Amino acid sequence: MKSLAELQAIRDRARSQVNIREEKSNAVRVLVGMATCGIAAGARPVLNAFVDEVAKRELKNVTITQTGCIGICQYEPVVEVIMPNQEKVTYVKMTPEKAVRVVNDHIVNGNVVTEFTIGANS
Amino acid sequence: MYRSNVLVCGGTGCTSSHSEQIIEELKKQIAAKGLEKEVNVVRTGCFGLCALGPIMIVYPEGCFYSMVKVEDIPEIVEEHLLKGRIVTRLLYQETVAEDTIKSLNHTPFYEKQRRVALRNCGVINPEAIDEYIAMDGYAALGKVVTEMTPDEVIKVVLDSGLRGRGGAGFPTGRKWAMAAANKADQKYVCCNADEGDPGAFMDRSVLEGDPHAVLEAMAIAGYAIGANQGYIYVRAEYPIAVKRLQIALDQAHEYGLLGKNIFNSGFDFDIGLRLGAGAFVCGEETALMTSIEGKRGEPHPRPPYPAVKGLFGKPTILNNVETYANIAQIILKGADWFRSMGTEKSAGTKVFALGGKIKHTGLVEVPMGTTLREIVEEIGGGIPNGKKFKAAQTGGPSGGCIPASHLDIKIDYDNLLEIGSMMGSGGLIVMDETTCMVDIAKFFLEFTVDESCGKCTPCRIGTKRLLEILDKITKGEGTMEDIDRLEELCYYIKDNALCGLGQTAPNPVLSTLRFFRDEYEAHVKEHRCPAGVCKSLLRYVIVADKCRGCTACSRVCPVGAISGTVKNPHTIDTSKCIKCGACMEKCKFDAIIKE
Repeated sequence: MKSLAELQAIRDRARSQVNIREEKSNAVRVLVGMATCGIAAGARPVLNAFVDEVAKRELKNVTITQTGCIGICQYEPVVEVIMPNQEKVTYVKMTPEKAVRVVNDHIVNGNVVTEFTIGANS
Repeated sequence: MYRSNVLVCGGTGCTSSHSEQIIEELKKQIAAKGLEKEVNVVRTGCFGLCALGPIMIVYPEGCFYSMVKVEDIPEIVEEHLLKGRIVTRLLYQETVAEDTIKSLNHTPFYEKQRRVALRNCGVINPEAIDEYIAMDGYAALGKVVTEMTPDEVIKVVLDSGLRGRGGAGFPTGRKWAMAAANKADQKYVCCNADEGDPGAFMDRSVLEGDPHAVLEAMAIAGYAIGANQGYIYVRAEYPIAVKRLQIALDQAHEYGLLGKNIFNSGFDFDIGLRLGAGAFVCGEETALMTSIEGKRGEPHPRPPYPAVKGLFGKPTILNNVETYANIAQIILKGADWFRSMGTEKSAGTKVFALGGKIKHTGLVEVPMGTTLREIVEEIGGGIPNGKKFKAAQTGGPSGGCIPASHLDIKIDYDNLLEIGSMMGSGGLIVMDETTCMVDIAKFFLEFTVDESCGKCTPCRIGTKRLLEILDKITKGEGTMEDIDRLEELCYYIKDNALCGLGQTAPNPVLSTLRFFRDEYEAHVKEHRCPAGVCKSLLRYVIVADKCRGCTACSRVCPVGAISGTVKNPHTIDTSKCIKCGACMEKCKFDAIIKE
C-alpha cells in the first residue's frame, strides 16, 4: 500500500458488496414478485437486472427484495417500486430491458414509466 | 453483483453448534438451485446473541434467523432465497412484528447497545481484508502515518479518555506517552489476548470477528511510540482466533499495510503471533512478556514498568484486545466523539460477556455508566424460570459480587471499585437465589489456587489456606473465628502478593463477606446452606403427605437409598444418600424437598 488513494480505491470497490448489510432509512424499495408464477414468467432475470443496474449506478439507498405472489399472475413478472413518502407504483410484464429503464427514469429521475404500469396494461 | 447476502455466525459459540456444517449445506443448496451468482454466503464473527445460536441474517431483508439447524437449510434456500418467502418459524421472536420484520437494532437486546469495539463483528467476513477496508478499515493508519505526528496521535488517545479494557483501567494515552518518552534503539508494542477469566470471551470475539482492527491499532501504537515490532500473545485454546489472525496478518502483508514503508511514509511495522499455553498468570503483563521471551511465564515486581523496561528489556506497551479495537475509531472520529459516550471518568463503551442465570447469554457492548439493572433485565432479558436476581459477579477471579441492592449502580471503573468489585475484562456472571455465595467464593479460589504460579509465598500458600477455610465452612465445620481468620488472611494476601493475580485473588471472598456475611454465618452457626447448594449441609427428605408411592424415586436412585411399597409413602435412608438430587427431579408431586 503506497498511498491513501490506493486504499480508497479498494474501499470503494468493496463498499458495494457490504452496503447491502446496512440498515437504510428512507430507502427506495423495489419488490420483485418471485412466487412460482413470477419465476415461471421470468422474474429472475428481471431481479438480477435491477441488482446490476443499481450497482452500476452506485445507488446506495435502494433495497431490492423478493416478494411472494400478489394475485395478478397473468401480469407477471410484477415489480413494485416504493419511493419514500410516495404511493407505490406497480409495473407489470417486466423484462430486464424494462428494468433498466425503471431504474433510470423512475428511481434516479423520479419519472414513473407510465407505459409499463398496471394501469396502462389492463 | 450479489442481490442477497447471507451472514452466518462463525464465532466459537455458533461453530460449536454446527454453523460450519450450516455454511456447507447452504452453499450446496444454493448451488443446486443455481443461485450461486446471486446469493453470497458470508461467514462472520460473533453477533453477540450466543444463546440463540447458530445465527443467520439474510440481507437485504435483514431477517434474523435463530437456532438454525442443518435440516432447516433446504427450506430457507427454497422458500426465502428462491421464492422470497420468509421462513417465519425460524425468525427470532423479538423481530416479528405484525406485518413486517422489525430491525434487529430495535429489539431489546440490541437497542441499548452501542457497538464500537464490536462494530464489525457479525457484519463483515473477518477473513476478507477488503470487507474490513470497506468499513473504513486502515483509513486511520493511513491518516496517522501520512498526516499526523506521533505526539498528535498520543494526544488524541489521551484526550479521548480511553482506559485499559483489560481490567485495571489505566489511561491508554498515558501508557503510550510514557513509552514514547523513553529513548531506545528498539521498542515493542504488545497485545494481550491471553483472555483467561472464566466466563469472559470478548477478546476472542473481537479477534474472531474483526482481527484487522487489532492489527491496525497496533501499527498506530507503533507509530506513536516509535516501535517497529509488535507481538500478539494469544492463547492456543482459541484456534479460530489464531487462524483468523494469521490470515489477517498474511493479507495485511500482501497489501503492504504491514511491513516496510507503510503508505510510503518511511514507517515500518511488523507483528508476530505468540501462542500461550493457557496459564492464567500469563495475562499479567510482566509474566506475559517473560513468556514471549521464551521463558517460564512468571511475573516479576514493578517498577521497572514495561514502558521503561519491558519485553527483552526494551520500552514496551501492552494493551488489551478490546482497548486496541477502539483506537482506529478514535483516530477517525476524534477524541470528543469518544468522550461523548460513557461517564466523565470512564469514556466510551465496554463489552460484557453475559453468562450464568440469564436469558440472553452472549456478548453486549454498552456505554459506560449503563446500570447493572439495564444490562441484566433489559438487554439480558432477565433471569429464566421466574427466579429472583441475587448477585452479579464481575471481574472473574479478581472481581467481586454486586448484590441486588446495588442493581442500579452505573457501571464504570470507579463505581465498581468502590463497592469492592472491579471491571476486570468484563465477564458478567448473573446468579439467582439458588446460588450459594460461599460456594461461589470457593469456586473462584479453586481457580486461583490452580493458576497461582507459585513464585511468591502469599499467593502460593495463602490462597491454598483460604480455600481450606472455605471448604471447612461449606462442610459445616467452620467456626466464627474461621470467618475472622479468613478476612484477615485476605487482607494479608492483598498487601503482600507479588503480582495482580495474588493481589486480587481474595476479592471474591472479601466481596461475598461484605454483602453476604449472613450466608457465611448460616453455614457456621446453623450448619445450613441457605441456597441449598453445599451438599454436606443438606439432606433430602420425602414429605409423607405428598408422596403417592409411585416408586419413581426409588427406581431412579443410584444407590438404593429410597425404600417403600407401592402406593405408600417412601423414605430416604440419609446414611446411604449421596445427595445427587435425581429423586427430586423425577418426583412429579413435589414430595421431595431439600432441608
